[in-house]
Amino acid sequence: MTFQGWSLILAFVAILLALAKPVGLWLFALYEGRRTPLHLVLGPVERGFYRLAGIDPAEEQGWRRYAVHMLLFNAVLMLFTYAVLRLQGALPGNPQGLPAVGEHLSFNTAISFTTNTNWQSYGGESTMANLSQMLGLTIHNFLSAATGIALAFALFRGFARREAGSVGNYWTDMTRITLYLLLPLCVVLTVFYIGSGVPQTLAGAVDLQTLEGADQSILLGPVASQEAIKMLGTNGGGFFNANSAHPFENPTALTNLVQMLSIFAIGVGLTWCFGKAVGNTRQGWAILAAMLVLFLGGVTVAYWAEAAGNPVLHQLGVAGGNMEGKEVRFGIAASALFSVVTTAASCGAVNAMHDSFTALGGMIPLFNMQLGEVVIGGVGAGIYGFLLFAILAVFVAGLMVGRTPEYVGKKIEAREVKLAVLAIAVLPLMILGLTALSSVLEQGLAGPLNRGPHGFSEILYAFTSAVANNGSAFAGLTANTPYYNGLLGVAMWLGRFFVIVPMLAIAGSLAAKKLAPESAGSFPTTGGLWVGLLVGIILILGGLTFLPGLALGPIADHLAMIRGTLS
Amino acid sequence: MGKDFTTALRPAIVLTILFAILLGLVYPLAMTGIGQAIFPHQASGSLVRDASGRAIGSAIVGQAFTTDGYFQTRPSAAGDGYDGLASSGSNLGPASQVLANRVSADLVRQRAAGISGPVPADLVTASGSGLDPDISPAAARAQVARVARTRGLPAEQVRALVEHSIDQPLLGILGEPRVNVLALNMQLDRFGGPR
Repeated sequence: MTFQGWSLILAFVAILLALAKPVGLWLFALYEGRRTPLHLVLGPVERGFYRLAGIDPAEEQGWRRYAVHMLLFNAVLMLFTYAVLRLQGALPGNPQGLPAVGEHLSFNTAISFTTNTNWQSYGGESTMANLSQMLGLTIHNFLSAATGIALAFALFRGFARREAGSVGNYWTDMTRITLYLLLPLCVVLTVFYIGSGVPQTLAGAVDLQTLEGADQSILLGPVASQEAIKMLGTNGGGFFNANSAHPFENPTALTNLVQMLSIFAIGVGLTWCFGKAVGNTRQGWAILAAMLVLFLGGVTVAYWAEAAGNPVLHQLGVAGGNMEGKEVRFGIAASALFSVVTTAASCGAVNAMHDSFTALGGMIPLFNMQLGEVVIGGVGAGIYGFLLFAILAVFVAGLMVGRTPEYVGKKIEAREVKLAVLAIAVLPLMILGLTALSSVLEQGLAGPLNRGPHGFSEILYAFTSAVANNGSAFAGLTANTPYYNGLLGVAMWLGRFFVIVPMLAIAGSLAAKKLAPESAGSFPTTGGLWVGLLVGIILILGGLTFLPGLALGPIADHLAMIRGTLS
Repeated sequence: MGKDFTTALRPAIVLTILFAILLGLVYPLAMTGIGQAIFPHQASGSLVRDASGRAIGSAIVGQAFTTDGYFQTRPSAAGDGYDGLASSGSNLGPASQVLANRVSADLVRQRAAGISGPVPADLVTASGSGLDPDISPAAARAQVARVARTRGLPAEQVRALVEHSIDQPLLGILGEPRVNVLALNMQLDRFGGPR
């Protein structure tokens, strides 16, 4: 570990803290449905969309209607992308002349992008035409992100409203977030990325002869426009197979910093927006503090492990930290930091290959996802996931001191706690169940590239990433098979919507409640004690469930690595 | 519930079409137009051309250098090496026998080329993309003797070129010190000598 590396990490955190309020203010304006300066330009587009779609922007929806409308829209979007991918061979915008994407791969990919996972069983270069990248995939990067933020708004309203029967309007939330937040930011980011070297062209590959005289073909495409929303919307699906490790996706250390900040910017703003929505910004800062404690813990371990390097290679006479799977322009600190950011959020973009991290360095991304990606988290999904843990935390605190639990002015009762447990239980049930299944079935065991405990880690990582809607991979796993594409597709769909529906039910249930005024007997949910309780609950509930799995994978792998037992 | 479903159908279908047009066509095409107008060089892949105008590579994408008279790039897992249509890392785990064998074989090659002492890690590890355009200053310095010998140039001249080619981190903390191998080798070609 170097002074320079830690300077980068601390500078990154400082910029994040500075972003929380400005981004939060903008989000709060959208949460309230207020006019922004951008309405001058985009207001007519918004109104035109509503008119054509027959949407009444003043309609208020109860949680059930909000949920059904959101689910149906996502189902239609998913089918749309499935069709685009299956028809690829017949559509224009295909300079490489690629054939249609296969059935099970299209199934997997359409779900993957709809659910904000962006798991990629394919390599972009050899599979996706330019039009498929734009029309089939980029739209989901916007809309799945906007859906996540809209859902967070619905839950915020649940806490903020008193004796109300509604939690907002899904269509207006989603449309406004897309038009007034994501799209304008992406225009700016795209221009920055292009100026930094990210291609933006409709051309295909350029064929050339290298300085040594060898043939090299380099694929170009409309990369920058996809890159901008890929990071900002915590999607993570790369234009190229190597994702943000590819010099055309992430050419410089500066683009790398901007990408990491993009992943967290909206998530950080949402913590502030939550505090504002419930009438006490300190509630938002307390959440952000708990998130940052978990984040910095993860960064420290990952950076330490990668900087310490691989003793197997040291034995052979190689100097320095672990550079397998890492780019020289990023080095160890920025690669370790990126890996923690991308898995703390539900992004899943990678600027280094997690599969080739040291055993403990690679365990941190895995563990982050298993916590439910509530450390800043995916846009929207992070904060609503975190609030589920907060509900459990006040419940546990209530049990310990013998009082009815309350959180930001709402009584937390049996119904909310049951629903929160239901939502949180999806993660371990599906991850551990499907990993266990794949560790014994022939089709499952055909997947891993690496042997021994690391092969098990590849399977565990895949299902963790799918259920948690992350999308990063221990990419040695051969996942483009009917077995993995099918199971991972189902895992992504359930991992997304089996959390969302109970969460919306909580929002509806909270919105209907009266205000429970804060009294001397209320458990304070702003101070250090609360932050500590939150961190403890997340680590115990989220983490301990997976400890046996981690022991079989990364920890066994670590012991093999330090003993030099190769497999 | 049934009413919720029917009221959702029209907005779901119409908004899918409208957003597909806006986000899937208008946005990327407009950005392509703007990008090509403001940054035509970068938007088309930052291609590097020789004196005759022929493209010989991208300034920011690595290419294979195998001969002793050039500074060599890192091992690559992209296709058969530096395949611009198949970016990839090796994805080998830390305790992989395959990784240890590959590194051992590369070390034998480096030792035979005259590198002694601990070998800089990036010289014998595959990058994440398989298209890493850079090597570390240590990895470049380690190759100076071999390149100078092969080209019949004074080692001091080659070493000075390497030191001159090092890109330092932005603001002291962003990025690592590094050497772009294609740019370095193009400079080297100006000195002449057999490759």
